[in-house]
Parts: sequence; C-alpha cells; structure tokens
Amino acid sequence: MDTRTKLTILADAAKYDASCASSGSRRERVSGGVGNTTGVGICHSYTPDGRCVSLLKLLLTNYCIYDCTYCINRISSDTPRARFTPEEVVSLTLEFYKRNYIEGLFLSSGVIQSPDYTMEQVIAVAKSLRTDHLFGGYIHLKIPPGASALLIAEAGKWADRLSANIEMPRQADLDRFAPAKTHIEIQQTMGEISQRIIAAKEEKTVYAAAGQSTQMIVGATEASDTDILQKSSALYQDFGMRRVYYSAFSPIPHSDSRLPPQAAPLVREHRLYQADWLLRYYGFDVAELTTAEQPDLPLDKDPKLAWALRNRHFFPVDVNTADREALLRIPGLGVRSVDRIVAMRSQHRFRMEDLTRLTRAFKRMRYFVITSDFNPDSLKLDAPRLPVPQQLSLFSAVTGEF
Amino acid sequence: MRQVAVENFQEWREKARALVAGSVPPDDVRFTDGLQDSLFADVPMPAAGSRGRISVPRAFLARAEIVSLHRDPKRWDLLYRALFRIVNDGLSNEPDELLAMEQAVGRDIHKMHAFVRFRKIVEDDGQPQYVAWYRPDHHIVKHVAPWFAERFGAMHWAILTPDLSAYWDTKTLRFGDGVPRSAAPQEDELEELWRSYYASIFNPARVNVRAMTREMPVRHWSTMPEATLIPTLVSNARAREQQMRERAPGSAEPFVPVGAELPVLAAAVRACKGCELYACATQPVFGEGPERARLMLVGEQPGDQEDLQGRPFVGPAGQLLDRALQEAGVDRSSVYVTNAVKHFKFEERGKRRIHKKPDGGEVAACRPWLTAEIERVDPQLIVALGATAALSLGGREFAIQKERGRMMPLPGGRQLLITVHPSFLLRVPEAAKAAEFARFVQDLRLAS
Repeated sequence: MDTRTKLTILADAAKYDASCASSGSRRERVSGGVGNTTGVGICHSYTPDGRCVSLLKLLLTNYCIYDCTYCINRISSDTPRARFTPEEVVSLTLEFYKRNYIEGLFLSSGVIQSPDYTMEQVIAVAKSLRTDHLFGGYIHLKIPPGASALLIAEAGKWADRLSANIEMPRQADLDRFAPAKTHIEIQQTMGEISQRIIAAKEEKTVYAAAGQSTQMIVGATEASDTDILQKSSALYQDFGMRRVYYSAFSPIPHSDSRLPPQAAPLVREHRLYQADWLLRYYGFDVAELTTAEQPDLPLDKDPKLAWALRNRHFFPVDVNTADREALLRIPGLGVRSVDRIVAMRSQHRFRMEDLTRLTRAFKRMRYFVITSDFNPDSLKLDAPRLPVPQQLSLFSAVTGEF
Repeated sequence: MRQVAVENFQEWREKARALVAGSVPPDDVRFTDGLQDSLFADVPMPAAGSRGRISVPRAFLARAEIVSLHRDPKRWDLLYRALFRIVNDGLSNEPDELLAMEQAVGRDIHKMHAFVRFRKIVEDDGQPQYVAWYRPDHHIVKHVAPWFAERFGAMHWAILTPDLSAYWDTKTLRFGDGVPRSAAPQEDELEELWRSYYASIFNPARVNVRAMTREMPVRHWSTMPEATLIPTLVSNARAREQQMRERAPGSAEPFVPVGAELPVLAAAVRACKGCELYACATQPVFGEGPERARLMLVGEQPGDQEDLQGRPFVGPAGQLLDRALQEAGVDRSSVYVTNAVKHFKFEERGKRRIHKKPDGGEVAACRPWLTAEIERVDPQLIVALGATAALSLGGREFAIQKERGRMMPLPGGRQLLITVHPSFLLRVPEAAKAAEFARFVQDLRLAS
C-alpha cells in the first residue's frame, strides 16, 4: 500500500479526535534542527467544516483489538485498514513541517497486540523526531489506557501533550458500549500522567509541558449534560486536565423535533463547551448550570443566559460596585471585559456608553446591569420581549485557540 | 502645509519627534510614503524646540510600530495626530481608526505565519531550497522574516512577495526586491500528499463554509495548495455524508423491547432486521433456559439444524455440548443457552448450507439481544463458547487458547469464562479429539 493511500485511511480515521490544539508549550529550536514551539498555536489551514488544521493528526494504525461501538475503528467495523511504520510518520511530519503546513504531530493509534506494544510504536515516532531529527515542533501523543508506567514516563519526555480518552461520562455507558474499558483503568493512566507532570515541575525537568487533555463522546447514550459536566469537573480537579474535549457522537443528522435535524448534536456539543468554559473561568459550579428538572443544558440559549434567567433576583448588577465574581455572571460580559471594567472603574464611573464600547453583546447585557446613569431596562427583565441571542457560530468556541 | 516623506518607522519617529518638539500642529503637516521629500523637499524640519526629552507610553510606541506596517498612506498622519495629542494634551486613548489598523496588521502577521507555503527545490549543488511566494496585505515581510528564520533555521529558504523578498541561508537574513509570482517554483510533489491529508481530515457531515472563510479569507487561497480542493469538497459533502450514513452500522436496538420478559423478547426477535442475516435464515433462534439462571452459555450463531428447528444447540455441536456438560457435572436444564448472533449465516453449496462465520458488524448489530437476555436472566457467570461470543461479551478480541479457562470480571459483578466452541471439537483431528474434549470439560467444570 502506498503512502498516500495509508495517509488517506489513517487521517480519515483520526478526524474524530476533536483536539487540534498546539498551544501551551515553549520549546526553543535546537541548533541544526527544525522547528520550535512558541506557546501560541497556529492554525495553518481550515477545512470546509470550519475546523482548524494545526497538527498532522494521524493514527499509526486503525487496526484495533477493541470493539467500542462508538468508534469507527472498532474491530467489527468494515472500514479499510492500514498501518504506518514509525519511519513513515516521522518523514511525513518533517516534510509537512518544513513546508509550513503544520505546527507538529498528533499521533494516536488503534490498540494492536497490547496497550504497551502500541505505546512503544507511538513513542518510537516521537523519540526519533526529537533525537534523530532534532525536531522542535509540537507533539501530542495519545496514551492507550493500561499502558505501563514506564512507557508513560517515556512518552512525556518527547511529547508536549499527552491524552488518554475518558470516552464516556459514566461507567455504565462504557459497560454498554466498550465493555473492555473501565473508568478505573483510564483514570489510573490519567493519574500516572498527572503525577509525572507534577513531579517534573518540582524537579524542574521537562515532561509534557502542555499538560494532558481528554475527550468524551456526547450523545451516544442517555447520559445527561449534568452527568457529562460532573465528570469533566472531576477530571479537571483530580488530574489537572488542561482541556476536556466533547465530540458529538453522531455526525449524521438526528431527528429531534426541537431543532433543524442537522444541528442537534452539534449545538449540544457547542453548549457543553460553553458550560465547560463557565466552570473553568467564570466560577460556576456544575450544580448551577443545570437543574434536577432539566438535567440537560438548554439548546436555544447559552448556559450563562439560562442561569441568569433562572436567577433574576441576582440582577441588576451594578458594574461600578459589584465584585469581579458578580460581574462574571452578567450575560454578554466576558473575562476580558470584566477585567477591563475592574481596572478602569477606579478611574471613572462607568456609564452605559462605556459598556457599549466594551462588548458587542450590549443588547443582551443591558437588561442585567446598573450603571452610573441609571438603567431603566433593568426593570423590564420580566418583559416577554427580552431578546434571546442568536446562536453563535457553531465552532467559534470549539475549534479556535483561546 | 508641510509635506514630509518617510520610508519606515525609524524615519517617521525621528521626523515626528522634531515636529512635535517644534510644536507643529497635525493640521499643518502631511506625511507621505516615499524615499525623499518631494514637492516641498526644501521645507526644513523645525529645530528642536525647548521641550527637551519627549516621552510617550511604551505601549504607544509598540502600537505605532505595528501600525506603521499598514499599507494605508494615511497611517503616518494618524500616528502623528495621536502622538501630538499625547504630548500636548496628555490624552492616552488613541482613535478607533488607529486601533483598527493595529488589529489589521496583527492579523496579517498572524496569517502570514500560518499561510506561507514553501515549495522544495533542489539546486545543482544538491542543497534543498524552500521557496514560497506570498501576498501579504501590509508591509510586514521584514517584521515576520525573523520568525521564519528562527523556526526554519537549518533550512535555506526564501519568501518572495510582490513588494519585498526575504532570504535565509541558515546564518543571515537578507532582503531583496519583490518578484512576480511567475518567478517562484510552480509545484512540489509533496503537495499531492498534503491535499490528500486535507481532504481526509475534513468531516463532510459538519460543513461550515462561513467559519472557514472567516478564518481563511479567499484572497489567500491562491497560494495555498490545499485550497484548490475546497469547491469539490464542499459540493461533494452531501454525497459523502450520505455514504457515511449508508455505511453506518446496523443494529438490533430499535427492535428490542425495553425491559421486556424473555417470552416477549423471543417473540420480538422474529421481526428483527438489525442486519441483513434475517433475509436468508429460516427463522431467528432465541436463547432457552430458566428465567433466572446462575449460568449462561453463549455460542456463536445457530447452525443448520438450529435454524430449521428454531432452538439453540440441537445439532451435532449441541449434542457434544450436552455430553461435556454432563461430564462436567452441570445440569443443562439449569443453564440458559443462547448465541451471540440470532440468525444462521451460511453459504449454499449444492443442496448443503455451509456455516459462515458472522462478521464483526453482524455481531455488534445483534448485541442488543444478548444484552437484553443477560439483563433478564441475570446470571452470575457467563461462558463464552468460542471467539465470536467472547468478542460480543468482552468487547475485544481474545486469543482463545491463551485466555481460556480463567475467570474475568464483567460489568455488573458478573464473571466471564472463555473456552472453545464445541464445533471446534468436531473439527480437530481424530487423534487429538479425546484430549481436546477433556480440556473442554475441564473448562466447564469451573462453571459448575
């Protein structure tokens, strides 16, 4: 099989991994080598699905001993199979990099023989890039759950980022769709990675400088958004995850009467990313984002606005006196705007006009704030004409680098 | 009116410093792009005034340097106006127009880092050269070149643009005149691979052309080899999505009544079209045994006899199983017996129907029936007879001979025991039959 055919099969098989991030790591170019990592990832291209192409995203092979129902590479799938040699991946990475097509490599693999055998092959690629070719670009390696501690230790020496996929939010979901996988085992692998990262920081050595991430498939089971966000929140806390990626299970239109057919799974994915952001940067708790009656995030409005409408007593917030935590709760105000308000309001009192210059979401925001020049709109918070903002572009929050 | 020509930021800075020191108001001066002062070349710059040192916020200087790369000739005047306001009125908020320029240049720099595409050529001396032709929106080549020198330090490269070109020979950065596109290499055979990658990584079920063009404006497409594919990818997306949908695996799931009793399940399976096997088989064969059994045996699929009679394990392999169970001390009437796949898959050879192994897709499609049986019967131990049952129950491929005869945990606190399928015992050479049968019985004893 020629390289091009393999590339077609093994890139196609890799496209369901949502992450394409190449940020968060700094690596100087080694003299005589090629490539550096500057800390801010670059999107070298965009595909017609609006996604960023930053890394060469490949599977070493899509043969796999597992039969996970949600995965295109499951053993029972009739998808065409291929396998790269480590040398082929090394060469493709270097040649693409030298032409400025990519920031680096994201290498994953189906599990062949055993997790350790697979991991050794994946590590061989990264090691060869770093040592034989003095490659300084970004490397993200996927760790199969159950790989031995020794191999996890080595992978982080060469890679900027490591990830083990949690796959599904609840063990019960795995039992049903991936009976050979358990959260216990996956989380052991995550724990191993996170301990290495912490140890490396203390010893001031380099180990997976861009940290670890994971991915969860959304919409394959009845697991609610509450289940999903609780799992994410635990993963952020327990393993210092940099990111949890959400991947809508079915790329195929669903029939859901609430929405145009094509949009449903993608909108849900988008809402989860927004909620994830609120958990990490806006001081929200999972329990605030959904309710017992509505365990899923609303699809027709973003989770922050939904929270505000459930908590009208909290508003209006006075932008001149409220603390940062309260400002972060105002729909339409982002972290950057809030920080600018906090910095600037010591110099002069904020008027409505100042706010309009600060955010494009002013129309939505004005119902929730008080400024020095009084805000009559705040009285209309219960008015039926409160505008619900249009859906933002689906991928603006999903694929870009923040 | 004073006309002042400036070529670059340094020059603007020096001249603007003199003008501010001489308190020349912005309305009295016009900056132009150029090498020398033209019409009013003889108008002298004011002598340094009484002001002494002129200081401005560092942030303004940094911003001004970026703005100076903008292509709009008005930028110098705008910068001077802002400078004058800072120095004379102490006003530090710069006009929106200036901020917009800074943003435009910043974006252009970022896009140049991203969108330059080198083509490799090999010179007579065997030294590979990497050459790109690119059209930036603004005068950013000098600003951006060091970034490329750092990243691609060990390569000989050139970035050619209509205004100015940058050259790197692994040691020094040089700049030369702009060149037309025709002066750059026209192809690189690696681009074929890159295009293959680009087409494969794209998910046709998620087309979002607006998001793409917002980040990758069409004016840059002509220098990006992958962009030639975009129209085809977009217009074929529907068809490819349809293909994906057709290739989506079948499943029995819609046919399985949720939480139903065994007789209801057994009746419902007759309507199953979760995969194609229903079409040729006589009938589906559901499991048999007590509603609550401690032990469940799972085979592969019904055989010829089972298909005709509609009951599991009644053919030659079933008879062998009965004998083995008896010898292992297991009472068959206490055991629930079923198969991973409920329909007989076969190939017709003359009048005979030859067993054909179900493929992974069929096993996966039929799994909801097996899952429903397990939930109902709630066995403590499940014995997988052969590789197909093991795959369906364990969710991965098993090496039967290596992994047989030991207990493995299953979800829900159940145990899984793997052994061979009795039909294997029918196929082994005569000489080995007795020994293999004994091993099979030994495995089954673990289940008793």
